Amino acid sequence: MGQTKKTFSVKGMHCASCVVMIERSLKKVDGVSSATVNLATEKATVTYDPLKVSDEKLSSAVSNVGYQAIVNEEIRTEDEEKEEKEKELRDLRRKVAVSLIFGALLLWGSFPWLIDTAPAALKDFWVQLLLAIPVQFWAGYGFYRATISALRHRTANMDTLVAIGTTVAFGYSAFVTVFPQLVMKIGIEPMPYYDTATVIIGLILLGRYFEAKAKAGTSEAIKKLIGLQAKTARVLRNPEGKPASYEAGGKEMDIPISDVIIGDILRVRPGEKIPVDGILVEGESSVDESMLTGESIPVDKIVGDTIVGATMNKTGTFTFKATKVGADTMLAQIIKLVQEAQGSKAPIQRLADLISSYFVPIVLMLAILTFAVWYVFGPAPVLLYALLNTVAVLIIACPCAMGLATPTAIMVGTGKGAEHGVLIKDAESLEIAHKLNTIIFDKTGTLTKGKPEVTDILPFGLIDRNELLRLAGSIEKGSEHSLAEAIVAAAEAQQLVLAKVEKFQAIPGHGVEGIVENKRIIFGNKRLMDKESIDVRKAESEIGNMENNGKTVMMIGVEHKLVGIIAVADVIKESAKEGLVALQKLGIETVMITGDNKRTANAIGQKLGITRILAEVLPGEKEAEVRKIQSEGKVVGMVGDGINDAPALAAANVGIAMGSGTDVAIEAADITLINKDLRSVAAAVVLSKKTMRTIRLNLFWAFGYNVLLIPVAMGALYPLFGLLLNPILASIAMATSSISVVANSLLLKRKKIV
Amino acid sequence: MGSDETIVIIASAFGVVFTYWFFLAKKDKAVEASDSIDIVVEGGYAPEVIAIPKGKKITLNFLRTDPTACLEDVVLGDFNIRRHLPLNEKVAVELTPKHSGEFVYTCGMGMYHGKIIVK
Repeated sequence: MGQTKKTFSVKGMHCASCVVMIERSLKKVDGVSSATVNLATEKATVTYDPLKVSDEKLSSAVSNVGYQAIVNEEIRTEDEEKEEKEKELRDLRRKVAVSLIFGALLLWGSFPWLIDTAPAALKDFWVQLLLAIPVQFWAGYGFYRATISALRHRTANMDTLVAIGTTVAFGYSAFVTVFPQLVMKIGIEPMPYYDTATVIIGLILLGRYFEAKAKAGTSEAIKKLIGLQAKTARVLRNPEGKPASYEAGGKEMDIPISDVIIGDILRVRPGEKIPVDGILVEGESSVDESMLTGESIPVDKIVGDTIVGATMNKTGTFTFKATKVGADTMLAQIIKLVQEAQGSKAPIQRLADLISSYFVPIVLMLAILTFAVWYVFGPAPVLLYALLNTVAVLIIACPCAMGLATPTAIMVGTGKGAEHGVLIKDAESLEIAHKLNTIIFDKTGTLTKGKPEVTDILPFGLIDRNELLRLAGSIEKGSEHSLAEAIVAAAEAQQLVLAKVEKFQAIPGHGVEGIVENKRIIFGNKRLMDKESIDVRKAESEIGNMENNGKTVMMIGVEHKLVGIIAVADVIKESAKEGLVALQKLGIETVMITGDNKRTANAIGQKLGITRILAEVLPGEKEAEVRKIQSEGKVVGMVGDGINDAPALAAANVGIAMGSGTDVAIEAADITLINKDLRSVAAAVVLSKKTMRTIRLNLFWAFGYNVLLIPVAMGALYPLFGLLLNPILASIAMATSSISVVANSLLLKRKKIV
Repeated sequence: MGSDETIVIIASAFGVVFTYWFFLAKKDKAVEASDSIDIVVEGGYAPEVIAIPKGKKITLNFLRTDPTACLEDVVLGDFNIRRHLPLNEKVAVELTPKHSGEFVYTCGMGMYHGKIIVK
């Protein structure tokens, strides 16, 4: 049993005697073999037996003497892990070289056409045995170790097959070397097969070497994301170490990013990486957010704007206030989401999983059958044919390719999505997305910017324009609706003094009501007027004109009389048209859903080329509309902001949310577009299609390979064509098959999705 | 048919039956766990089958002592968890099962299996 080394932070140390005390306490823990504490770095390094020592024991050993250990933090650096991986690869390389060199010598000394040119020593069976032993038991040690530990659990894997296969070849050869007469007696020419055993081991190890290198590429996306993190931050703190602005006596100091706290004021200069998430408080700049959103054009930032950590400041110097640090930053959330997606299981994988759990035992049984059939029915020398074909069956079977087919593609696919600002929650969502044939878009905030502006103010003679706007602004002040903001902003722009509202009430899908200056005021759409039995006939033609132009018209009723209308229009996003065209090109029907009336909705739909429009849908009805379309047999995607339309997103086959602010972990969404770019909807579908194609090809290859070649190795082609599979060729095929699956998944990285 | 052939047929039949029994007919007893459980990763997962209560947070401490590359990652696909297991280092995986049922977890290539029974 190996020893574990762990390094963790210790808080509260101030002198050398603390060091001695903590070390002594740690060493007293049963199972700890060494403990060193460093005062300067405030870290303890402990070597211990992990079966005996738990984190809690280490932590309580430190706290017993009055300090605090932070045992669970992630200390293991990327470099350490890289170094370990490299050491493994070096080791593997050495084994491959030795096995292939010795294997080549053995081939020279025993292969039919080559043997005549070989020196006499190489033809000597005992010399061959000496060359084969290190390969079989040193280079091949890993196969045995894995086999033995798996057998203890009554399971078997690839290593079991390789270990049994090569041992059969090696064992027979050793027998021939030691007892050649016995073999001759049963009518077989004494001929060892050391070359077979050694070359197989060499080639399979070579395959593993390439596979390990390629597999590292599949998890590159996460490493890249982690690498985006800034290491240090320049904060403003007062002499007591508390966050403070310049005015409050704050001084600039560089601190590790892990020490930044919420409320810290941070200063960022041009060309620097932004350390954490926050809100800009002074200065302005443009920021390159492409590393997170995939959007290549820098975004201008002014006071009050959201600043996202790990993005790059381009032109100006600014200070911002940290609002999210550590695991709450957008980057940390993205990393978590991608990690979770990469750990999830695609439904298509379940069959592969089921098969691979029975696969190795079945191959073992087939190998036994192969031996028996060749021994009983095969041509002479029966033992030789039986043995070689059994070895070929054991070696050619490749369960790894089946196991790697789906997860490697999912890992590359989700990673690629993240690079383009498309965050996929799990493999299942990625899988379903390629089946989508209808995508419903929420209008406000999704197809449009969601920041409407007042375009028309039209009083009907009872009050003037300013009074109309003042009343509307007053009643809307308490509303959270996006249209309300536009009206309040317009009123404030006219420097109107807004009145107090009593008995304010929002009526979802209709509007608002309340008492302003002792008058009952209602403000909302036609539906609200109808509900209140207010006659709107005199305004109908005006309303019609405005709505035909895509404006949202709201009516104001004072004491049950229509006094005027205010029209508000929302701006369509630049990416909307292109994004919808891209989807239509993919053969996907686009649908718009909105609470707006039919005319406004049609006007916007027309501009965007959307033919199917669901207008006047109340927020609570969106979910039902999604289900209605699903009941037509459609596979439905729903695109929304993820907050107001959460039930609709959840009801859709794939819910797609436009990222809002720094929050990317939108619960109801299967896919989150952090770049808020509507072209990314099509990109997500394309990514899904390409990933699924890769998975299908991988599975087809992995299954087809085994289904076709195992019978060939058993000798299925022998009765007709006299064809048999040489075990060495079997090992080449096996090694290639899992590499080709991983390589095919890596090809996904090069595919274009936008 | 020679006597050697008869022996080979009988031995092979026995071999096939034994292989089936040894690998495919095993019954695992579930180990009950409630707060946390240590799972040693060596040639498989020990304990292989664990039973945990529904709706309660549990920590699975994976300790990989087997250098086989296959076992490098553990995948709890039903819980969206894929974790790298450095050799000889305990890795804590927290989960709160929301549904009862049987959930298989595997190594990175789906070759080694363990099972979580949520009651």
